[in-house]
Amino acid sequence: MTIEPVTFLGRVKRDRESGVVIPVSEAARRMSAYRVAASVDFPLMEEMRDRAREVRLHTLANLDKYLAQFASQVEANGGQVHWAADGDEANAIIRQIADDNDVRTVVKSKSMVTEEIDLNESLEAAGLSIVETDLGEFIVQLSGDKPSHIIAPVLHKTRYDIGELFAAKLDRGFSTDPAELTQMAREHLRREFLTADMGISGCNMAIADTGTVVLVTNEGNGRLTTTAPRIHVTVMGMERIVPTFGDASAVLEVLARAGTGQRLSVYTNFVSGSRRHGDPDGPDAFHVVILDNGRSRTLGGQEAEILACIRCGACLNICPVYREVGGHAYGFTYPGPIGAVVTPSLKGLDEWHELPYASTLCGACVEACPVRIDIPKMLLTLRSRAATDGHLPGWLTFAIGRYATAATHPRQFRLLLKAGGVVGSMMARDGWISKAPSHGANWTGARDLPQPAKQPFHARWKARHGA
Amino acid sequence: MPLSWFQMAVQLFVTCLVDSFFPEVGEATVDVLESAGETVEFPADQTCCGQPAYNVGLRDDARKMAAHTLDVLDATDGPIVLPSGSCTDMIVHHIPELMAGDPRRAAQAERVAGRTRELSQFLVDDLGLETVGPGCGDCSVAYHPSCHGLRNLNLRTQAESLLDHTEGVQRVELPDAENCCGFGGLFSVEMPEVSVAMMETKLKNVEASGAAILVGGDVSCLMHLGGGLHRNDSAVTVKHFAEILAGRLDNAHDD
Repeated sequence: MTIEPVTFLGRVKRDRESGVVIPVSEAARRMSAYRVAASVDFPLMEEMRDRAREVRLHTLANLDKYLAQFASQVEANGGQVHWAADGDEANAIIRQIADDNDVRTVVKSKSMVTEEIDLNESLEAAGLSIVETDLGEFIVQLSGDKPSHIIAPVLHKTRYDIGELFAAKLDRGFSTDPAELTQMAREHLRREFLTADMGISGCNMAIADTGTVVLVTNEGNGRLTTTAPRIHVTVMGMERIVPTFGDASAVLEVLARAGTGQRLSVYTNFVSGSRRHGDPDGPDAFHVVILDNGRSRTLGGQEAEILACIRCGACLNICPVYREVGGHAYGFTYPGPIGAVVTPSLKGLDEWHELPYASTLCGACVEACPVRIDIPKMLLTLRSRAATDGHLPGWLTFAIGRYATAATHPRQFRLLLKAGGVVGSMMARDGWISKAPSHGANWTGARDLPQPAKQPFHARWKARHGA
Repeated sequence: MPLSWFQMAVQLFVTCLVDSFFPEVGEATVDVLESAGETVEFPADQTCCGQPAYNVGLRDDARKMAAHTLDVLDATDGPIVLPSGSCTDMIVHHIPELMAGDPRRAAQAERVAGRTRELSQFLVDDLGLETVGPGCGDCSVAYHPSCHGLRNLNLRTQAESLLDHTEGVQRVELPDAENCCGFGGLFSVEMPEVSVAMMETKLKNVEASGAAILVGGDVSCLMHLGGGLHRNDSAVTVKHFAEILAGRLDNAHDD
């Protein structure tokens, strides 16, 4: 899922001008407040964050072992496991499953990983009909849009936007009442569930020792997607594994609290295969597609810990940059601080070297992250590689290089400061510079710059104390 | 703090931005330390800790500047005090990381890091002071805790507490105080649109607080916010907390 235009700042400009950022900012603030309230309400929160972090890091350190165990458990339960090196392979596998089973219609529950690989486009190109059943994703699909948040895809839309959309596309009356709008979607989607041939779900966690897929939803659509159609396909990133049910429960303790401030999401589904003898319902076949798509490369690199992410969205909600630019500015499936690390590490810095710079390194994300991922540290290692690969603007590399030389030659440094004072006094009026030349204009576009001191501190010190 | 520090002078690392743009903050820092009974020394060859280069990813340049800083500071003894949370964070956390590959430099970095303190941290946590200095007389202030001090050095209360114990200072709450101001070092000129948007959000809260002076502990953020306030023709001014404690409200900037 790539979003035009091609530069971060181009997308920022577009979305700030169109106003879609405003609802994002307000909703992100609210969700952050819910997270804080949920932590206050749960005395074990800090302990459980440590526990969840341990589970995630232990899993990553032993991922090969747990993936193999998970796959053999799924097979022992009668399911089929498919390994996909990249998005094209995953999409081809799913098209093949559809083809083998005469599938024409597909319902989907919410899945960011299928956004990552553009699964819908791939299946539609093969002539299949796809319906998103998560309310937010349904709205995204209906409006030909893209998600702007990993757990709340239509954070950028107001209920007025959604009212207009439903009136136009669902042939219903105009309403701005969330309950009425939900009812409209519900009635529309119920028919889709009952007639679909295949259900595709994502995967919040995959439990290795039982071969169980855990789905966390608030709408029950995950439950219908995985039980009503004949075929159920789960698509999962290879890092979604946890070793045991107990470990999954540790992650569940923090996931909803961090994401939405709920103690637990409304539905937590544990899917361990297709319909068994005597089951009243359930699919005839269960497939799991395990996707790499750059993850094993990430696992071997400096940003490996980003794979510990449990996709709660807390870092997006708290991020002061995300709140000002919204989700689409990040240009790919995963926005916010997590996206600024995940996207370049999965897809490479050549195309995505801007993203690690879309941060002030304020650290609010680490504080909010339920598994304490040190995102700023990874942004810094990515920046270091981006700089080494030559992605920094030439003027900046040049300026820093010259500054570094001056800063290692104190006499030169003192001369530089003195020169700055002289030049500054020529440019300033009443102690302020309001129009700086060249790249300085990036500062003075909207801020005045204080005049550099004619007598820097070291000169004042020397005048008072001697050398 | 180590007992030996009681007999030692404080080494002032003033930071390149204070040196070049805000020498009055350096002078206020000296005043405050002297009011606290400290002798202050200024290692003359200090320049820049390397943070700007480190934060944009130019690690070789950063390492050069960091090595120079270590040489200058390691030639002294006693506490090293900075009127900046982010430069302190650089010396305490990032320079040791940068030097990890070189055993001699790594040991030097650890020695220097162990002696380095941000100003409010030194006054409150090491010296155990409630406040120092004459203060500014009657003034209404809002405090913006800059991110690196707040989160990386855990400076959650120190500067606020110094201000609250200073006679005449009325500190009002700054809404969303812990939200980043958008400076972010070179971020402020690499992504000016985003930086300024974040600044305007912060400044709305500053105006809403009703304070006459916005106080902080990092002149970098104050330069950004003060530049925005001045451009917006606001009546609010910015000061480092050292200036408030030292009672230097009419600090001449460009003499």
